[in-house]
Amino acid sequence: MEYAVQLKQITKRFPGVIANDCVDLSVKKGEIHALLGENGAGKSTLMSILFGLYQADAGEIWINEKKVQIKNPGDANRLGIGMVHQHFMLIHNFTVLENIILGVETVSKGFLKMDAARERVQALSKQYGLNVDIEAYVEDISVGMQQRVEILKMLYKDNDILIFDEPTAVLTPQEIQDLMKILKKLAAEGKSIILITHKLNEIKEAADRCSVLRRGRYIGTVDVAEASREELSEMMVGHKIELHLEKNEAHPAGCALEVKDLVVKSRFSNKNLLDHVSFQAREGEITCIAGIEGNGQSELAYAIAGLLPVSGGQIILDGEDVTDKSVRYRNLKGLAHIPEDRQRYGLVLPFNLGENMVLKQYFMPDFQKHGFLRHSEIQKYTEQKIEEFDIRAGRGTQTTAGSMSGGNQQKAIIAREIGLDRKVLIAVQPTRGIDVGAAEYIHKQLLAQRDAGKAVLLISLELDEVMDISDRILVMYEGEIVGDLQPEKITVQELGLYMAGSKRGNTR
Amino acid sequence: MKIRGFFEKESTLSVLGSVCAVISGLLISFIILLFSDSSNALAGFGSILLGGFNGGLKGIGNVIFQAIPIIMTGLAVALAFRTGVFNIGTAGQFIMGAFTAVFIGVKWTFLPAGIHWIAALLGGFIAGAVWAFVPAVLHAHFQVNAVVSAIMMNYVGMYTANYLITNTVYNAAKNQSKAVAATAVAPKAGMNVLFPGSSLNAGIIVVILVVIILQVLISKTVFGYEIKACGMNRQASLYAGISAKKRLVQSFMFSGGLAGLGGALAYLAGDGKCISVVDVLAGDGFTGIAVALLGLNSPVGALLAGLLISYLEVGGFYTQVYKYPVEIIDITIAVIVYFGAFAVLVKGMIRKLLQRKGGKE
Repeated sequence: MEYAVQLKQITKRFPGVIANDCVDLSVKKGEIHALLGENGAGKSTLMSILFGLYQADAGEIWINEKKVQIKNPGDANRLGIGMVHQHFMLIHNFTVLENIILGVETVSKGFLKMDAARERVQALSKQYGLNVDIEAYVEDISVGMQQRVEILKMLYKDNDILIFDEPTAVLTPQEIQDLMKILKKLAAEGKSIILITHKLNEIKEAADRCSVLRRGRYIGTVDVAEASREELSEMMVGHKIELHLEKNEAHPAGCALEVKDLVVKSRFSNKNLLDHVSFQAREGEITCIAGIEGNGQSELAYAIAGLLPVSGGQIILDGEDVTDKSVRYRNLKGLAHIPEDRQRYGLVLPFNLGENMVLKQYFMPDFQKHGFLRHSEIQKYTEQKIEEFDIRAGRGTQTTAGSMSGGNQQKAIIAREIGLDRKVLIAVQPTRGIDVGAAEYIHKQLLAQRDAGKAVLLISLELDEVMDISDRILVMYEGEIVGDLQPEKITVQELGLYMAGSKRGNTR
Repeated sequence: MKIRGFFEKESTLSVLGSVCAVISGLLISFIILLFSDSSNALAGFGSILLGGFNGGLKGIGNVIFQAIPIIMTGLAVALAFRTGVFNIGTAGQFIMGAFTAVFIGVKWTFLPAGIHWIAALLGGFIAGAVWAFVPAVLHAHFQVNAVVSAIMMNYVGMYTANYLITNTVYNAAKNQSKAVAATAVAPKAGMNVLFPGSSLNAGIIVVILVVIILQVLISKTVFGYEIKACGMNRQASLYAGISAKKRLVQSFMFSGGLAGLGGALAYLAGDGKCISVVDVLAGDGFTGIAVALLGLNSPVGALLAGLLISYLEVGGFYTQVYKYPVEIIDITIAVIVYFGAFAVLVKGMIRKLLQRKGGKE
């Protein structure tokens, strides 16, 4: 069997961590090879080494059975390696065609020769069924099409080894289906594909083989057809985990949070980021706001928390109109908030864990006296939370928040917000970028909060999460709520249609 | 293993960075001495290193005395840095504090002896805080870059002080402010016994008190917690419900007040020290930036850095004996600050070294 890529005993150290520890990876020609691992397992580092963004401290790279040196992305390109990054590298006010030829322009006497390029791009687009409008400006096309433009870029450069870094994170279910088809077609045409992901469904659907990394180490490679989801997840996490949550029935009670006709205007255009949004979140229920990234969910959370000024409408928290109240007032009135961006909003990274744990309570009599912080009380409280929520922190309460792993940072925030014991808990993307084990734990915590009679407002982009733990799904599309659905009565495909804006229901 | 643990600590690395900066600065000043006049270079360098000790206790007392204003402006810059603001307006705050203190010192002779000096100091503090109010509000509420507005306030402060001096407490013969009343001059508080013959006075006690207050304020109080949160992560502080704008204005004004207090301490020292009416920004204000950088923005660090810079300045003064221009020491201090910015690089290098060793073990 011929191998397109062989990485042998790759080791890469960063200050304080070994990102890759003697990792092997062999990708056959024409296969789709999944690279599975939790966040921080070293997948991205390994691929960055293959793509020439980093240099390995030790180990060898073999491409097409030849030992090579890859010092920069240019070298990788010459060897036929292309990569689609999680965040696309496109120029928004260029057309698709201009983006594709960027860097490899066909030129004659200093003038661009677009015609030959156009023909070739069109032929490639047709050959692989990419269906891209090559004259459109990138800013006008959908995220799914932007991704296909990235694929075209690689094909145009005659890349044979294609790396996809978490390609489905930004796509709707329908777009994911399309992408999977495209991947299979590419593989059938002889391209070798490396698919970085932590989503088991996608691996089962598209990949031929799967290599697993855990904490920088190579765990093994399996044939996807012969491995179950449970086996794969166990390899990834290192212990057995429940993929489906046990969930008992919800017992919704009174309304804890009501949003009426909420409007948030964009600062840059006439578009409303939130367009007359109205809903209620009830106690003892997980209300989920689903939608594709950038349809107003983030703004909704910030508006409710008081971090974004609203242009119209009302926010009623526990029976009181708090639309014009301060953040502090809302927090004390009954709002806990797990923010979307844990490093920008959720934590003061240079602070230690203890200082972060009391970020919303340091001014309460429990933690201060006459303006002086009661450090010993803060420490005691934090130790209790570390224990209760199993937060792993090297130096206990004194650990700098910035030095903790993403999962533990998130656990710390969740511990803090749940510890506030407020009526309403807003959780925005609580499991984003977090490994399966920690995600499972966080889901259990959210359910426990629901069962304790809290109103949980979950804002999520992850379909599995939405379907698994919510009691009620509100779909947002372009700043509006376009669907009010019951998770038991709807399929993922149907939900996807709502999210893509091609279907809308009665929302009142 | 213990030693490695010590070196891997963030604080140790930071201090090492500062020490490396000082050594590099001194080395480069030696090289400059060599270039300008190699025959006296060793002797000149010796006087930079040891000149501060010339005259024994008197010399040391004078080093400390000269350090007082720059420690204060250093503390001002360091405090503002903690809230994430660069207070480059210390020169203006310093001179306004100095004028106000001198004005009270000259005019408010109705105050009794013990109170007069303290009232003048307080006046200096308030004037500095008021001078910082403008850039603080512009920065917090209207997103005006504090660096730009603070620099402009420096010039406004300089000319305002000159104008006010010439119209209120002017000594036309010497083109400077009048000497303050004896009751407003800093008491010696035993410093003349400890350091006989030096100009040192109770000002240093005020400085040490301020250092202690700031240290406690930053590490122990709710206010310190809030300003640190604002400085380290503005978004998170808003999320926590802290009124970041209010805290920014308050801490910026506090910072300005410290610079103003520095000005007051500098010109209530007696010994004929008066404000000259010249169109030059107060150098002590800018030296404060160097002091804060070298002192890693900590109050105790600023105290030590201020003493060090003052020590070098005194030593540099004596290089004139060997016909070197006194500016040589300004270059040295500039290089030290410059290398202070390289401290991060030094930290990284030490870390890498430790790692390589760690890998072999």
